[in-house]
Amino acid sequence: MLLDVLEEVMMNPYLPYPAVIDDIVVETEDGNLKTFRIVLENKTDRDKWNHTPGQFAMLSVAGKGEIPIGIASSPTEKGHLLFTVNRAGVVTTALHKMDIGDPIGVRGPLGNGFPVKSDLKGKNIVIIAGGFAFTTLRATLIYMLEHRNDYGNITVIYGARTPGMLLYKEELKQWEARDDLDVYITVDREAPGWDGLVGFVPTIAGQVKPSPENGAALICGPPIMIKFTMPPLEEVGWKDNQVYLSLENRMKCGIGICGHCNVGPVYVCKDGPVFTRQEVQKLPVEF
Amino acid sequence: MSSLNQKITQEIQSIAASMLESGQVAAFLGYTTGTIPGVMQPFVARNAQDAKRLCWNSFCVLNLANYLPSLLKSLEPPRRRGEPPPEGPLPKVGVLATGCWSRNIAVQIQENQVERQRVVIVGISSRGMISRRKLETAVGYKEIVHIEEQDNSLLVKGNDFEDTINRWDVVRDNCQTCIHPDPVIYDELIGTLNGNRKIPDRFRQVEKIETLSTDERWQWFNNEIASCIRCYACRNACPLCYCPTCFVDDSRPQWVGKSIEPADTALFHILRAYHCAGRCTDCGSCESVCPMGIRMRLFTKKLQKDVLELYDFEPGLDLDTPLPLSTYKIDDPEDFILTHIKKGDKK
Amino acid sequence: MKPFVVEKAQAGQWLKDLCDTFDIFAPLPSIKGYHDWQRWDGSNLPVVRKGVPKSSIKAFFFPQPEVLFQFNARASNPDAFRLKEPTCHPKPKILFGVRPCDARSVILNSIPYKSDPYFQRKKEEIAIIGFLCEEGCSTCFCKWTGGSPVGKEGMDIAVIDLGQVFHIEVLSDKGEALVRPQFFREPADQEISEAKDLITKAQGQTLEQDAASSLRSKELMKLYNAPFWGKISEPCINCGTCTFLCPTCYCFDIQDETLRGKGRRIRYWDSCMFPLFTQHASGHNPRGDKLKRVRNRFMHKLKYFPDRFGPLSCVGCGRCVRECPVNIDIRQVLKDLLAT
Repeated sequence: MLLDVLEEVMMNPYLPYPAVIDDIVVETEDGNLKTFRIVLENKTDRDKWNHTPGQFAMLSVAGKGEIPIGIASSPTEKGHLLFTVNRAGVVTTALHKMDIGDPIGVRGPLGNGFPVKSDLKGKNIVIIAGGFAFTTLRATLIYMLEHRNDYGNITVIYGARTPGMLLYKEELKQWEARDDLDVYITVDREAPGWDGLVGFVPTIAGQVKPSPENGAALICGPPIMIKFTMPPLEEVGWKDNQVYLSLENRMKCGIGICGHCNVGPVYVCKDGPVFTRQEVQKLPVEF
Repeated sequence: MSSLNQKITQEIQSIAASMLESGQVAAFLGYTTGTIPGVMQPFVARNAQDAKRLCWNSFCVLNLANYLPSLLKSLEPPRRRGEPPPEGPLPKVGVLATGCWSRNIAVQIQENQVERQRVVIVGISSRGMISRRKLETAVGYKEIVHIEEQDNSLLVKGNDFEDTINRWDVVRDNCQTCIHPDPVIYDELIGTLNGNRKIPDRFRQVEKIETLSTDERWQWFNNEIASCIRCYACRNACPLCYCPTCFVDDSRPQWVGKSIEPADTALFHILRAYHCAGRCTDCGSCESVCPMGIRMRLFTKKLQKDVLELYDFEPGLDLDTPLPLSTYKIDDPEDFILTHIKKGDKK
Repeated sequence: MKPFVVEKAQAGQWLKDLCDTFDIFAPLPSIKGYHDWQRWDGSNLPVVRKGVPKSSIKAFFFPQPEVLFQFNARASNPDAFRLKEPTCHPKPKILFGVRPCDARSVILNSIPYKSDPYFQRKKEEIAIIGFLCEEGCSTCFCKWTGGSPVGKEGMDIAVIDLGQVFHIEVLSDKGEALVRPQFFREPADQEISEAKDLITKAQGQTLEQDAASSLRSKELMKLYNAPFWGKISEPCINCGTCTFLCPTCYCFDIQDETLRGKGRRIRYWDSCMFPLFTQHASGHNPRGDKLKRVRNRFMHKLKYFPDRFGPLSCVGCGRCVRECPVNIDIRQVLKDLLAT
């Protein structure tokens, strides 16, 4: 009897919501990045789902495993979830082979997300991203554009190796056309047909010189990009507690138990993945 | 400490100190005293001060050759992947070696894991190492608080008992049947060589199992590995297991499941034994480090016997004889390959 | 609750009576010689040896492999790839002869596993009959970790072996359900005082203090960057012995396995000592270095866990000290950390 009550009360955090792949878009010219539009099967799950930009979810491919992927869609985009997945290992390869209509599982939302409802409100936002780390920042940007008056200036600096490796190309064009945000898209080297900015993201950040006044910078990218982006920002006065980073690590349970993702005392899946640079400076470099 | 061990310890300390001080070696691999009785800790001395901590007794059960490749690599100046090693001689490592350990070093040299000119081998003829498990059984699993080793006996003390145990009774199985206690290659020698031992029934443990029927053997094998917790201490202590990605860790494809499912555990042990065939010197490290008391050296011992019978080969006795499983000869025995039997033939 | 006494001659009957409802496990001689947890066959009363058995009791609380979900793996099946929780409910268990350190480990493990239904379900189904320690082994250091040789945390019944009788203290409802009055009687005054004396003697054996508050007060990065990690980690061969035998190491890995149309998602013990533990799919490995792994394990058990939850993630059972093939001694690490 006690057992039955227990089963009712305790939900199983390892059980994914059943979902189905609704659409697949190949984002990059090498085919390694695809955006999956996923719809949760049960209406109760869809109604219950509420995520913050910056959070991630575990995509479950039964028979292959689970992978932690940042949620690329904003919570304001109702009815579906977007995940942009890079093909790297066993599960992502299986996912890339799947078709529209195939079943998939989604476990989440997990992690802490960017503090869009608290610390970031009223601030001037600078979004800096490199390569395919732009996914959760897309969610953040769309959320902020939907609540435009809650935020000050919004600046976006986003770069990829080549024009073909940029994500969300159509949406980038739409954002560039808007007058309520500044968008700087760059590629590492000159490329035929590209008439936009050329240069590494840190270089462009150094040229843009975003003001740190009442500012918050959200930076996502490979560790080396973050390392080189900080000096130009620090030069114009950015402090570590104004900079938000999204860390990555190997994850399995996503709820802070299995021990794989710990960076010193914190679990990237539970206490993160978003940390301020000030917090990260206090952690050992184990990510 | 026994007088023999005391002498050897002093010689090790002085040889190591002089090699380190003169710069002949950048590091010296040996043993130091452990924190509990019956266990010694592998130790890397890097200066004359460290060398004073080196110690020798009959509890030095881990094969030091296990540490050689990674220690040598760690002493090289850091370089990027693909970059060739720098010009000029690289730092050397001094290492203690008994018979089986030196044979493993020879195998490592033949397999290009260790360069001969980078190791300075200090050979010691082994009197056989003591099995902690045998000792535990000999005192009825009472807690041992102190062990006083004499030349031919052990004085074992607990909180409420004291026992004198005959040393040879608790020497490890593989040491009891060892015919090569002398180091086969060495640059310096401590003590004297004692010559090969004659043991006509050195495969007796394996032969006993060979008398069982196939079903009984399968039963014996499964009972032996039933307590395996897949800690991989056996694999990690083995000097032959140096693959950057072990087959159990591969994920594409995943050859072996990772949990303690009996089929997966059996597969791990069988495949690992086969990977050691023709290379294993029966140093006994695997069995000595297993926390669950599994005697996996019996699997490799059987394969040792097979290789000896089929190819007339014992690994590591010299640097020139090619290893049988990486060499092809036209007259290699084939009768264990079953495909040449036509379907329907009875074997 | 009032203590009882069971004559040892009767204790076997008591346990046999419980066999109807429970599967009883006790540390029994294994075929390899050492004592380890095995199902009691109902014959002779298990003899609980001094010290702890080879394995900890964590395999009862989170077994390996543990099936998290099952699913049909044939694409043509309409139910394919839907994860379903397993529905079997095994017989409840009694663990007989659990030492205070092992019993305490269940409490410690419950903290991170608070929201894990599999662990909690197992915990509900297991009753622990613990045996207080008269005498510790030379490798025991439970007091250093906040435990005690006569600690009763985590036990449902606490037993003190008085030679001819067991002195029994019922500590919980689950323990109450194990009482069989026909085998129990009131303790004699002499037995009560004998039990008290035993406890006092056991408690006075060591003067060690709980190291948790001292370690909590130390600065994290100072411990992380301490100079002794190289020396400590050098002999490590990166096997999983310490992690798998440790009662409070609880890391696991999750994998999907399919065979002939049936699939399951299982979890099994993983060890932070293995190089693959932190390896990303890209190949990047934040703890590819042996020193980093060894340091992380000790820092987690002795600093990160107490910082987050309070107690050390260690019960002082001494298994890792006895079984580490290269004699890396956590007591030495504790000393080094406390001295930093």
